[in-house]
Amino acid sequence: MTFEKVLTKYQDIPEYTGTIDEYIAHGGYRALPKALRELQPAEVIEQVKRSGLRGRGGAGFPCGVKWGFIPKDSPKPKYLVCNCDESEPGTFKDRMLIEEDPHQLIEGMIISSYAIGSRLAFLYCRGEFVYGARVLERAIREATLRGYLGKNILGSGFDLDIHLHRGAGAYICGEETGLLESLEGKRGQPRPKPPFPAISGLYRSPTVVNNVETLCNVPHIVLRGADWYIGIGPPKSTGPRLFSVSGHVERPGNYELPMSITLRELIFEHAGGVKNGRRLKAVIPGGSSAPVLTEQHLDVGMDFESLAAAGSMSGSGGVIVMDDTVCMVRVGEIVSRFYHHESCGQCTQCREGTAWLHKVLRRIEHGQGRKEDLDVLLDMCDNMKGKTICVLSDAAAMPIESYLKYFREEFEAHVRERACPFEGKGAF
Amino acid sequence: MISNETKQRCDGLARRYPEKRSALIPMLHAVQAEVGHLSPEAIEWVAAALGLSAADVMSVASFYDMFNLERVGKHMIYVCHNLSCSLLGVERLIRHLENRLGIRMGETTPDGLITLKRMECLAACGTAPAIQIDGNFYEQVTPQILDDLLDRLRDGRLHAMGKGPDGMSGR
Repeated sequence: MTFEKVLTKYQDIPEYTGTIDEYIAHGGYRALPKALRELQPAEVIEQVKRSGLRGRGGAGFPCGVKWGFIPKDSPKPKYLVCNCDESEPGTFKDRMLIEEDPHQLIEGMIISSYAIGSRLAFLYCRGEFVYGARVLERAIREATLRGYLGKNILGSGFDLDIHLHRGAGAYICGEETGLLESLEGKRGQPRPKPPFPAISGLYRSPTVVNNVETLCNVPHIVLRGADWYIGIGPPKSTGPRLFSVSGHVERPGNYELPMSITLRELIFEHAGGVKNGRRLKAVIPGGSSAPVLTEQHLDVGMDFESLAAAGSMSGSGGVIVMDDTVCMVRVGEIVSRFYHHESCGQCTQCREGTAWLHKVLRRIEHGQGRKEDLDVLLDMCDNMKGKTICVLSDAAAMPIESYLKYFREEFEAHVRERACPFEGKGAF
Repeated sequence: MISNETKQRCDGLARRYPEKRSALIPMLHAVQAEVGHLSPEAIEWVAAALGLSAADVMSVASFYDMFNLERVGKHMIYVCHNLSCSLLGVERLIRHLENRLGIRMGETTPDGLITLKRMECLAACGTAPAIQIDGNFYEQVTPQILDDLLDRLRDGRLHAMGKGPDGMSGR
């Protein structure tokens, strides 16, 4: 397969450190003057729409369509907000993008701000990314000194400042309206929608929230055109994608690939196969919120549509591989602990549901499960889906349902034997 | 108490945003970086600086995992206990850490040097198991690496990234 990397092309060069001089020497900041001098904002939006670029944060919403929702005639200021709150378990691509090549993101943010008419953009960076935030602050300073940020950028009359804003540890701030609440200095509790951020977002003004990787694609689309971009990957899942592969594989890491690859190719050709030659038991293909897949799904395409058709989702691109030593009840205990801890608490179904899911899974894992617990779990999951302000509740329920769907007999064995059959056998 | 330098820094933060309440989380970071935790006095001061009630500021501070509402050790060790780190044996690492320091996760050593805290996914799954010490990532951590890190912490030989005026020093 001949695929030329786009987003991580320079990161493989050992001496590349991502300073502004190196970024420029490798062809960076060439899309920005093209956008500002040759294209009207509406033309940039049109090009991104035509490219088919879909959001890389989790939902896969078409980026250009999202931009198109910003009202042209609103007298209010418009804001671009970059979502760098990467917290979906199994996902570690945005951290790499900001630490290794921050100017690619900054250039993407400037072009995107120009497209939607934003004069002040915010970069919401996960609080734990202390080093990443430092790299971004330096990049913003460098870009300002070179005239890529500030007043009258490259003589175009376009002004833009970017404020770096650090979060403080809350998964829910990756949900775009939770992020906006947090950016306004509040608890990160998601807002009821509508109104969507495009109409009433940050400071009740029209706002676009885009993920780091999504924005990193924008300079390449502007520079090389929508037709080039459409040529990468399947028709509805265009462009390169970063897959974060972790767990029981020989070569964990971030892999930039077209979404036409299969799960089998990703795990066995790129990530070196299951660690220590063991047998594959389960794979989570899109962050811990995604329903699990098994050996029978290995030939599924890693595009948005194929993963959805297989009963899972592409999500954030975080691929967690598990070998045959893994206890799926224990996985459920860990995953439900996470959602219970991260539920913001404003919706009853989620606040109570995540707590009970964790409690019941924990008792099954520790040999105190009851026969009826399996159906209790499924009933709770059913009551948690589609009933809350945001999808954290769904994200907590869907994986547990899938573990029960594919590994029900394992749950039953825990209850029957009053113990975990894997106890002391695996690493975890 | 809060130094004039931090107070000036917070004033600057409050002027930076279209609505000054946006400065709340950055100000809490700045104050915590100096005081070590968000004491009742620190909460009161931030509240007054932004024209908010202390209860309002407390409700925000308590929402976020990185804010310490109780006194903590000089050094903070975050250990990721999410799925990928668990698959790569983080619970064994946690037991090693607890035995070595004689405290449990969530506790502080009696000499006030180290606090241990379980954290959710730190976005280092490809290099699991991962921990953070004072804002610095340490990845693919083994018990031997951990022992070395603890020795360096005790000797003051470990550079702390998260200890600057805004909780992100080193510049």
